[in-house]
Amino acid sequence: MRHIISILIENEAGALSRVAGLFSARGYNIESLTVAPTEDPSLSRMTLVTSGSDEIIEQITKQLNKLIDVVKLIDLAESAHIERELMLVKIKTSHDTREEVKRMVDIFRGKIIDVTANSYVVEMTGQSSKLDAFIHGFEEGSIIEVVRSGPTGISRGEKGLHL
Amino acid sequence: MELSGGHILVQCLKDEGVEFVFGYPGGSVLHIYDAIFHQDEVKHILVRHEQAAAHAADAYARATGKPGVVLVTSGPGATNAVTGIATAYMDSIPMVIISGQVPSPVIGSDAFQEVDTVGITRPCVKHNFLVKDVNDLAETMKKAFYVATTGRPGPVLVDVPKDITDPNIKVPYKYPKKVVMRSYNPVVTGHKGQIKRAVEMLLTAQRPIIYSGGGVILGEGHKELTELTQMLGYPITNTLMGLGGYPATDKQFVGMLGMHGTYEANMAMHESDVILAVGARFDDRVTGKLAEFCPYAKIIHIDVDPASISKTVKVDVPIVGEVKPVLEQMIELIKDSKIKPSKTSLESWWQLIQSWRDVHCLEYDRNSKVIKPQYVVEQLYQVTHGEAYVTSDVGQHQMYAAQYYHFDKPRRWINSGGLGTMGFGLPAAIGVKLAFPEANVACITGEASIQMCIQELSTALQYNAPVKIINLNNRYMGMVRQWQEFSYESRYSQSYMDTIPDFVKLAEAYGHVGMLIEKPEDVRGALEHAFALKDRTVFLDFITDRTENVYPMIEAGKGHHDMKLRVAPGTPVDRELS
Repeated sequence: MRHIISILIENEAGALSRVAGLFSARGYNIESLTVAPTEDPSLSRMTLVTSGSDEIIEQITKQLNKLIDVVKLIDLAESAHIERELMLVKIKTSHDTREEVKRMVDIFRGKIIDVTANSYVVEMTGQSSKLDAFIHGFEEGSIIEVVRSGPTGISRGEKGLHL
Repeated sequence: MELSGGHILVQCLKDEGVEFVFGYPGGSVLHIYDAIFHQDEVKHILVRHEQAAAHAADAYARATGKPGVVLVTSGPGATNAVTGIATAYMDSIPMVIISGQVPSPVIGSDAFQEVDTVGITRPCVKHNFLVKDVNDLAETMKKAFYVATTGRPGPVLVDVPKDITDPNIKVPYKYPKKVVMRSYNPVVTGHKGQIKRAVEMLLTAQRPIIYSGGGVILGEGHKELTELTQMLGYPITNTLMGLGGYPATDKQFVGMLGMHGTYEANMAMHESDVILAVGARFDDRVTGKLAEFCPYAKIIHIDVDPASISKTVKVDVPIVGEVKPVLEQMIELIKDSKIKPSKTSLESWWQLIQSWRDVHCLEYDRNSKVIKPQYVVEQLYQVTHGEAYVTSDVGQHQMYAAQYYHFDKPRRWINSGGLGTMGFGLPAAIGVKLAFPEANVACITGEASIQMCIQELSTALQYNAPVKIINLNNRYMGMVRQWQEFSYESRYSQSYMDTIPDFVKLAEAYGHVGMLIEKPEDVRGALEHAFALKDRTVFLDFITDRTENVYPMIEAGKGHHDMKLRVAPGTPVDRELS
């Protein structure tokens, strides 16, 4: 099953490689990983999407907690949560297709943020499945480039992951 | 007080009460070595290879319970130490390694003797640090000792670029009394409710067994473990790392378990209905085939490391906490409990165990015309009255040592259990002897293992660390040969060394005493003579039976009840137990 593990980690050089190294050394799978400093610059927040049986996920969270740099973590999949991913897509356009592409972007509540004679750059956020659906709506060859951030997430309600 | 980085490092070691630093100088650590030169409180032991520095410091820690300290230079100094660091990591040994690094401004430029030490050691240390500012040095050292010695212990490395120890840059020095790390808070006491459940489960068991490991020794829980076991009257088995955690000569001890464990220990595990696992980690050499591991048992597991619990074997009652306080609480609850262990079930359980003991799985040919390795270990046990510190290398001799030297006390059996590092024994023996100069220290080894760190004979002489090397010389890498005999139709691929040095001459060349023993009747006398030479290192080269194998053996992929024995079991075992 897919799990989204949210981690507060010391914002120190090498902290990311401790997490990445743990996953490769123990043969765990990482689907995506995003990381950036938080409002407290001494801490980074990492969102890691992985999958595995309950036993494997239990080991993953225990092993992550064992890393000295890891301050706190939660498995978002255990409770109600919101997840969002950012995507930037560069799409080929022509005089005939421009309107159709714009309509698609509107349906998916995206934004066109760059325009040339032959292309659009579209910005879109949402659940990963929504971004997948947008991409699948285009014919093969019409997409020039796709950049995705990987999901980040936050739990619903007033409780939060903080110190 | 204002000090340079080099002097700060040495002062930190003094403030930590460090007795010995095991190390080897080089370009990046010269400032530190100069600071060492100016004092004699912290004694530096100059090894002949950095791997040995780590092993000696590691063994010092195993024998004393205090953290071992290593000092190596950048590049090859650090990489040579890696095997020793990984050895300590696998056995959870508290150790602090200071490695030199090229000066900060040239890090990343492929400078002379530069290697990414923090990167290379990351998977085999509990934690590591790269010091970026001399003002952080003292606090980093304090953190290193704190992390290394608390929770589940382990090695911590501090990488120190050369500019940090520059003698011209002095900063105020104050060694912190304690450090608080928001991201590191090891659990000490166990969950009360879980402990209560565990005690109830234990007291109502029909066929209980206690299975304890290295955590009991690291956590100083041997007294409590012994008290609890004797209160209950239950059988107890130790892992290879746990030997000495419970007195081996006591009648409740059924021997070591696992791949080369006793028949009675493995059978008792297999047939048990409740297992109390204390400071043990269900390692593959202990469990054998997981699908067939202890099919009838409910398992209680006490461990300070939550990640050790339900890692390979799912347990029923997990207790995260230090072994000693948890066992203390269990003892109190057992004393107050109205439930008492059932005498009748315990009696029939012990009868069954006796039937397994009657197999005499450790018997061997005592009338052999060639020296049997088991005989040498038995004689060593007698000559040293079971009181010696015994280090070992890795292979058949290690298993013979574990099986035939009966450790009654903790911290006497010093071996590389997790990583299985050949070359560990001799530097380890030196580390132990320095810690306990009056004690008898024996290194049980083989002619293959001993050659991996043989250069340390020189260190033993320089620091007057007279150890006795018990070389069980069968002219083969015995354990490799054994596996090739069992699993590869005796194709002894590369397990035979055609040339072996004359160890007597070699010992003499290093300034020690060498003895060659070829007949069983000479074994006892040679050992007595060697231990009588109190101030000399003696290399005893025992020419042993080349074909001898370690039994019992659970071959890879088999269960506890499926053991290869030297003698076929005499008593049929009732398989319909549950």
